Amino acid sequence: MKKQAIDSRPAGPKPWYDPRVRSIFFQIVALSLVFWAGWTLIGNTLSNMESRGISTGFGFLDETAGFGIIMSLIPYDATMSYGRTFLVGLTNTLLVSAMGIVAATILGFVLGVARLSSNWLVAKVALVYIEVIRNIPLLLQIFFWYFAVLSNLPSPRQSVEVGNALFLNNRGLYFPEPVTQDGFGLVWGGVLVAIVAVMAIRRWAKKRQLATGQIFPTFKVGVSILILLPLLAYLMAGQPLTWDVPALKGFNFGGGITIIPELAALWIALSLYTASFIAEIVRSGILSVSKGQTEASKALGLPNGLTLRLVVIPQAMRVITPPLTSQYLNLVKNSSLATAIGYPDLVAVFMGTTLNQTGQAVEVVAITMAVYLTISLLISLFMNIYNRAVAIKER
Amino acid sequence: MQSGEIDMLSRNTTWTLTRDASLGLNFAGVNYYDGQGFLVNKGIGVDDATQLDGATVCIQAGTTTELNLADYFRAKGMEFKPIVFDTSEQTVQGFASGRCDVLTSDRSQLAALRSKLADPSSAKILPNTISKEPLGPVVRQGDDQWFNLVKWVLFTQINAEELGITMENVDDMLKSDNPNVQRLLGTDGDMGAKLGVPADFGYKIVKQVGNYGEMYNRNVGPDTPLGLDRGLNALWTEGGIMYAPPVR
Repeated sequence: MKKQAIDSRPAGPKPWYDPRVRSIFFQIVALSLVFWAGWTLIGNTLSNMESRGISTGFGFLDETAGFGIIMSLIPYDATMSYGRTFLVGLTNTLLVSAMGIVAATILGFVLGVARLSSNWLVAKVALVYIEVIRNIPLLLQIFFWYFAVLSNLPSPRQSVEVGNALFLNNRGLYFPEPVTQDGFGLVWGGVLVAIVAVMAIRRWAKKRQLATGQIFPTFKVGVSILILLPLLAYLMAGQPLTWDVPALKGFNFGGGITIIPELAALWIALSLYTASFIAEIVRSGILSVSKGQTEASKALGLPNGLTLRLVVIPQAMRVITPPLTSQYLNLVKNSSLATAIGYPDLVAVFMGTTLNQTGQAVEVVAITMAVYLTISLLISLFMNIYNRAVAIKER
Repeated sequence: MQSGEIDMLSRNTTWTLTRDASLGLNFAGVNYYDGQGFLVNKGIGVDDATQLDGATVCIQAGTTTELNLADYFRAKGMEFKPIVFDTSEQTVQGFASGRCDVLTSDRSQLAALRSKLADPSSAKILPNTISKEPLGPVVRQGDDQWFNLVKWVLFTQINAEELGITMENVDDMLKSDNPNVQRLLGTDGDMGAKLGVPADFGYKIVKQVGNYGEMYNRNVGPDTPLGLDRGLNALWTEGGIMYAPPVR
C-alpha cells in the first residue's frame, strides 16, 4: 500500500484542467485581442492620415465657423466656433426627437387601442393607416410632407393670417412671442405653489378614496388650480407680459416665434411613422393581458374606459416597454434624415457642413456617433428603470 | 479621393488654402476662374445684391458658398436665412417652390441651374460676384509623377490654344517648324519622356479633346445651354487670365 500524505485541502483538478481557471484565461486572451485590435486600428488610422498630410486632432472645434444656421435654440451667429455649431445641431436634434417621441407615443397609443375597437369603421381606419404608413420608407414620407404638402403653402406676401398675430406661409408658422418683464418672477412662484398644491391634493384624495371609497375630482380640480393660481399671480403683478408680434419686413416676417417648415415636416413624418409601429406594439401588449382580467373588471362594474385605463394598460405596459424603447431609439436615429430637407440637426450641421469645411472626417464622425450612442443609452437607461418599477414583483 | 478609391477630381472644386494644406490634396492648376453670384426671381424686383437684406437663401451643403455668403452679408451689415440642402437639385426645387428668395452658387453653376427651371427666363443672375472661385483638377498628395502629369495636360491644352493648334489642323501642325509647336506635339524634344508618357502625348490630347478654347466652347461656351462667355477665362493675350507655363 502506498503511504498517502494527509492533505487538508480537498483534492481538486490541476490548474490547467480547472474549468474556472480556463474560462478566466480565455476571457483575458479574448479581451486582450479586442484591445489590441482597437489599438492597431486607431494607430493605423492616425499614421495613415499623417502620411497623407491630413490634419488630425480636435483643435478645429475652436476655429470660427463662418456659416449661418437658419434655426437655433441657443444664440448663434457666423462668428462663433465649430464647437458652437455642434451644440446648435445637438439641441435641434434633441428638440425634434423630444417632440417626435411625445407625439408618436400619444398617437401610437390611440391607434393601438383603436385597432382593437369593437367599432368596425374605427378598427379598419386604424388598420389601413398602420399598414400604409409602416410600409413606405421614412425618407419618402419626409419628402412628401416637405415638398408635396408644405411647399404649397402661400408665399409670405399672401400668408394665411389669423387676427394679425398668427401667420402661416411656406416660410413657416409665425406666432407672437411672450416677452417677460420685471415682476414675472411672481408668476413662476405661483406656478410652483400650484404644482405643490396639486400634488398634495392628489395624495390626500387617494388616501380618502382608500379609506372611504369616495372619489374626488382630482383631475378637474388640479387643472383649475394650475391655471387659476398663476393667473392670479399674473394679475397681481400688474400683467408683466408684452407680446412680440411677427410682421412682414421686406422678404420675410420678423419678430415672434417661427416654426420653419423643415422642422414641421420632419416632426410630422417622424411622428406618424413611429406611431404606426408603436400602435402595433400597444396592440400586442393589450392582447397579452389575459381575457380574464377584462371579464373580472367588467364583472365589478367598471366601464370600458376605466377597464382599459386601470386594469389592462398597466399590465400591458410590461410587454409594451421594451419594444417601445427600441422605437424611441429608432426615432432619434431617424431624425438624422433631416439633411434631406435642410433642417439643421446634428448630422446636417456638424457631420455635413463642419466636416466638409474642416475636412476632419474621422474626428467629426466619431463625435457624432458618440453623441447618438449616448442619447440612445440614456433613453434605454430611463426606460429600463421604468420597466423595473412596473415589473411584477414576486412575493 | 482621400481614401484612395479615385485618383483625380475633375469637377468644380474651389482651390482654397484649407483644402490644399490640410486635406492631403494637391490642386493641379485652374481650368476655370469662377466667382459666386446670386440667382433671383425677376418678380421680387431686386437689381443688386445689396438689396437682399433679410432674404432667405438656398445653398448646397458643405461648399465654400456657405462661408462666402455669411462673410458677404456680415460685411455689408445685412441678415439672411440659410436653407442648406444636400444636392443642387434640391436647391433648385427650394428656389422654384418659393421657399427661398435667392439661390447662390458659382456663376457657372447658376447658369446651369437656371436652365433647369421650368421657365428659365423668369430668373436672373445678379451682376455681383462676391468671391474668387478658381476651379480645377485635384489629385492626392504623395504621387508627384501623377501630379506633374495632370498639371501639364492642362497646360498643354492652354498652350495649344495660344499656339493656334486645333483639332482640325493638328495633323498639319505636325509638319510645322515652330519650335514651340514641335515641342508641344512631340516632333522635337523629349517632353513626354520627362513626364513618363509617350512623346506624342500633346498630339493625342489636341487630336482627341481639342485645345482649351475648343473644350470650353464645346461644354460651357456661348452656344451651349449654359451660354457662358470666356470672360476671365480667355487667354492672357486676349484680355483674360488663362496663362500656362511654357512647354520646354
